[in-house]
Amino acid sequence: MSFWTRHQIFEKNSIILVAGILVVIAIGGLVEITPLFYLKSTIEVIDGVRPYTPLELTGRNIYVREGCYLCHSQMIRPLRDEVERYGHFSLAAESMYDHPFQWGSKRTGPDLARVGAKYSDEWHVTHLTNPRAIVPQSVMPGYPFLAKTELDPDAIADHLKANRAVGVPYTDEQIANAAADLKAQADPDSAGTDAFAKRYPRAVVRNFDGKGGAPTEMDALVAYLQMLGTLVDFKLYNEKANLR
Amino acid sequence: MAETELDQVSGKTTTGHQWDGIKELNTPLPRWWVLTFYATIIWAIGYWVVYPAWPLLWSNTTGLFNYSSRADVGVELANLEKIRGDKMVALGAASLEEIEKDPALLALARARGKAAFGDNCAPCHGSGGAGAKGFPNLNDDDWLWGGSLEQIEQTIQFGARSGNPKAHEGAMLAFGKDGILKKDEIVTVANYVRSLSGLPTRQGYDAAAGAKLFADNCSACHGADGKGNQELGAPDLTDKIWLYGSDEATVIETVTNGRAGVMPTWVGRLDPSTIKALAVYVHTLGGGK
Repeated sequence: MSFWTRHQIFEKNSIILVAGILVVIAIGGLVEITPLFYLKSTIEVIDGVRPYTPLELTGRNIYVREGCYLCHSQMIRPLRDEVERYGHFSLAAESMYDHPFQWGSKRTGPDLARVGAKYSDEWHVTHLTNPRAIVPQSVMPGYPFLAKTELDPDAIADHLKANRAVGVPYTDEQIANAAADLKAQADPDSAGTDAFAKRYPRAVVRNFDGKGGAPTEMDALVAYLQMLGTLVDFKLYNEKANLR
Repeated sequence: MAETELDQVSGKTTTGHQWDGIKELNTPLPRWWVLTFYATIIWAIGYWVVYPAWPLLWSNTTGLFNYSSRADVGVELANLEKIRGDKMVALGAASLEEIEKDPALLALARARGKAAFGDNCAPCHGSGGAGAKGFPNLNDDDWLWGGSLEQIEQTIQFGARSGNPKAHEGAMLAFGKDGILKKDEIVTVANYVRSLSGLPTRQGYDAAAGAKLFADNCSACHGADGKGNQELGAPDLTDKIWLYGSDEATVIETVTNGRAGVMPTWVGRLDPSTIKALAVYVHTLGGGK
C-alpha cells in the first residue's frame, strides 16, 4: 500500500480526519505555546511590577470599555524611532498582570505604554473631556461623561477576584479592602491612605480629577494612565541579562 | 483505487476521481511553483540554524547569527550618536550661553529642541508653544518661573509641583474654599485685580476695599503692585496675559478654588543634552530673557 493509499483513510473518514487535525494542531501548540510557560526568557524577572490598585484596575476596565485600544497601542517596539520617541521599549513583565493585554496594533493616536507621569492630571482631565480644547488638531472623541459618573466601589472586589482567578497575585487582604482602597487612592486627605500605601507600596495617591466628592470614572482612568510604564526603574534594569 | 485514463479532448490524464460520472483532469502545479515551494522549506531550515528558533528544555536555540532584537536596537541607538556626530557631543558639553552664541550649535539645538518639543511638550503648550487655558504660552515674555536660559532649563528639568523635590513649589491658595475670604470679598478683590490691568470693574465696586483686601491677602506673593514674583510662580497681574482667563467669573473662580497647574519633571525621561536643546529652543521662541 502506497503512502497516498494510506492517506485515503483520513480523507474518507471524517472522524479520523478530525482526530488527525487535532493531533497536528496539538504538536503545533506544544512547540509554539507550551514553551512560553516554562522558558525563563518569556517574562523578565524585574522589581517594581505590581498588580494594579483597585482604582487603576477600574480605570483599565474603562479603558477597555471605551475601546481606547482601537486607536492607542501600549507596546513600544525595540526599534530606534520608537525608543527615541516614547522611551525604553516595552518589557513583557510590564504587562504580566494585564488580562487581557492592551498591546494593540493600531496607532491613530500615540502609543501610551509610557504616558504615565508625562503630562499633568489637569491635562488628562481637560484632554479627556474635550481633546480639542488643548490639542486643536486632535481627532480623539471627548469623554466628558467620565467626570460625571461616580464609581461603584462595591463592584471592584469581584474584579480583583476575577484577576486572581487568572493568576494575578492579589492577597485576601487586598480583596477584602478593595472598596476602601478604591476610595483612598483618589483622596489624599482620607483616613485610608496609610493602609492603602501598605497594601500597594509606591502607588500614587492623588485627587486625580481635581474635584472633591466620591471618586469618578475620570479619577480611575487618569490614575491608570498616570501609572502606565512607570513601574520599572530602568536604572536598575539589567539590559544584558534580558537580551532576546 | 480508481484507474487513471487519458482524456481524449484535452490530451491530459485524469486523476481517477469521479463524481456522478464527471472526471477530474490531472493538472499538476507548474514546476517552477513546486520548486519554489520546496526552496522555501529548505530556506526555513536555514533560518532555524542561523536565527533563534526552537524551544529547548530551559532556553531556546539562539542561532549562529546570535541575533537579538533588543541588542539590535542598542546598536542602532549607538549608531545614532555617531550619525549625529561631534556637534551633538559639543552641544552636551557647551553651556547654554555658549550654545546661543555659536550659530552652528544654536541651529543644532533649535532643530533638536523642536523635535523634542513636538514629542513631549506640544500636547500641553501647543505645537507652536502658544499654550492653552491653564498651560502657559511660551512665545511671550511673561514668565511664571523666570525666562532666563538657566531658569527655563531648571523648569524643564524638575517641573512645577511635579513631586520632584527640586520642583517649583507654591500654589495659588483657595481663598474661598478654605474660608479665608467671604464671597463678597472675593468679588471685590477680583474686580480690584481686573482693574490692575485696566479691565472694567463692576458697578458699585469699592476700590478702596479691594485695594485693602489685595494688600492683606494677595500682595505677599503677587507683590504690593501686583507685578508678581517669579520665585513663587506668582504671575504678574498688571499685564494683559492671563493663564486661566481674565473675565470676572474666571478670576473669581481662581480666587475661590486656587490654582496649582502641574508641569511634570523631565529629568530622567529626557537626557541632559535634549533638555539643554529644549531650553535653548524655548528661550529663542521669542520671549527669552
